[in-house]
Amino acid sequence: MSNPSNLKYTASHEWVKTEADGSITIGITQHAQELLGDMVFVEAPAAGRKLKAKEECAVVESVKAAADVYAPVSGEVIAANGDLDSAPEAINSDPYGAWIFKMKPDSAADVAALLDAAAYQAVVDSEAH
Amino acid sequence: MTTLKQTPLNAAHRAMGAKMVDFGGWDMPVNYGSQIDEHHQVRNDVGMFDVCHMRVVDAKGDGVRAFLRYLLANNADKITVPGKALYSAMLRPEGVVIDDLIIYFMTEQWFRIVVNAGTADKDIAWMKEQAATHAPKLTITSRDDLAMVAIQGPNARAKVWEVLPQTKAATENLVNFQAADCGEYFVARTGYTGEDGFEVMLPKEKVEAFWYALSKVGVKPIGLGARDTLRLEAGMNLYGQDMDETVGPLESGLGWTVDLKSERDFIGKAALLANPPTKKLAGLVLLDRGVLRGHQKVKTAHGAGEITSGTFSPTLEKSIALARIPNEVQIGDTVQVEIRDKLLNAKVVKYPFARNGKGLIS
Repeated sequence: MSNPSNLKYTASHEWVKTEADGSITIGITQHAQELLGDMVFVEAPAAGRKLKAKEECAVVESVKAAADVYAPVSGEVIAANGDLDSAPEAINSDPYGAWIFKMKPDSAADVAALLDAAAYQAVVDSEAH
Repeated sequence: MTTLKQTPLNAAHRAMGAKMVDFGGWDMPVNYGSQIDEHHQVRNDVGMFDVCHMRVVDAKGDGVRAFLRYLLANNADKITVPGKALYSAMLRPEGVVIDDLIIYFMTEQWFRIVVNAGTADKDIAWMKEQAATHAPKLTITSRDDLAMVAIQGPNARAKVWEVLPQTKAATENLVNFQAADCGEYFVARTGYTGEDGFEVMLPKEKVEAFWYALSKVGVKPIGLGARDTLRLEAGMNLYGQDMDETVGPLESGLGWTVDLKSERDFIGKAALLANPPTKKLAGLVLLDRGVLRGHQKVKTAHGAGEITSGTFSPTLEKSIALARIPNEVQIGDTVQVEIRDKLLNAKVVKYPFARNGKGLIS
């Protein structure tokens, strides 16, 4: 699966989708879910929480390991995906559909400055050994 | 960068799509696809594990039983029927655990021992050192010429017989924890999953063909990820996590393997008698949402403890753990586990958590 070109990415393996109203939706990439394996638990940040860029704000846990999810930009959490409480495995089967939380970013420019699909792929390739 | 050690099945794992990881210096498969599917495959049908990294050791010569009676915390005299196996801890004089291992009684001149991969060299050095003093005529040989594959699950034995029909007559009447020496194939009804099955030791040069032959009759390869969730559900200790050289067997859930009542002396006995443990290993089931992991702190009404192994149990669909906690904590008590600055509730339970295809915790 390639990384959708309409999304932005972080070097810490989050994907970011800009919605029509300027809010952003965040999840973890195909590469990240594949590294972690079968997801069994997701803890998303509560709506209303203010986040700084690169702040640890969510946790995804597979059978194997726990991994932090970071805020891609500064802003305020406006929603968390409660469906993942009972079906965390959706992250494995549909990583770009199974969003974790939504934010209202402080600045649209911060979002525009994130990695594009090609730049993110370069990050993934550089991690491969 | 250090070069990882490879088992003779390394190429087969890669050909079967395994994700490989560094496991104590060995390049091993952690999973081939979904780790949870692999777990259920073993509980419900059959799977195979590359355990070539574990070490087979043969102790041979007159007096081998007497030597093992002194070397090990469990009593070698418990196994008198040929092929019977015994699980034991091997202790230092201080009463701490060098390793856990399985010994097979073959003849009064031959016991086979299987030890963990990461501890094999120090185990063999210790055995030889003790033998030099107490049984100088024994030979202790690391069988680096042997490979080992574990085939586990309710259909495991039937699949092995399909591939190795010549071993069926000698192995179909084996009871649990008993092995038969079938020439090139040493077949033991043992394992690390809580399911029925065999562990087969065979010449290294034959193991790849054996692996593919098993695959051809429908035995799925299972990675170390599922091996860990299977053994933890089955309540089996993992050396290096649930015990090591900082703790004794009595605080590691291995009291059932240590006989302190008989006259027999063994290495570590005096230290165990002099230092009764204040902690014990107990099972935990998480009541809140989250995942228990090794090294998380446990708070109880009787003092602090620590999780030694934790995971998500695919059979129970809950998080489970083994934890070292104060002796006074009772089955059924609720304790708190510190996970990322939160205190989550967990119930103390009797383990194993699951065996033979079924969850044992309601």
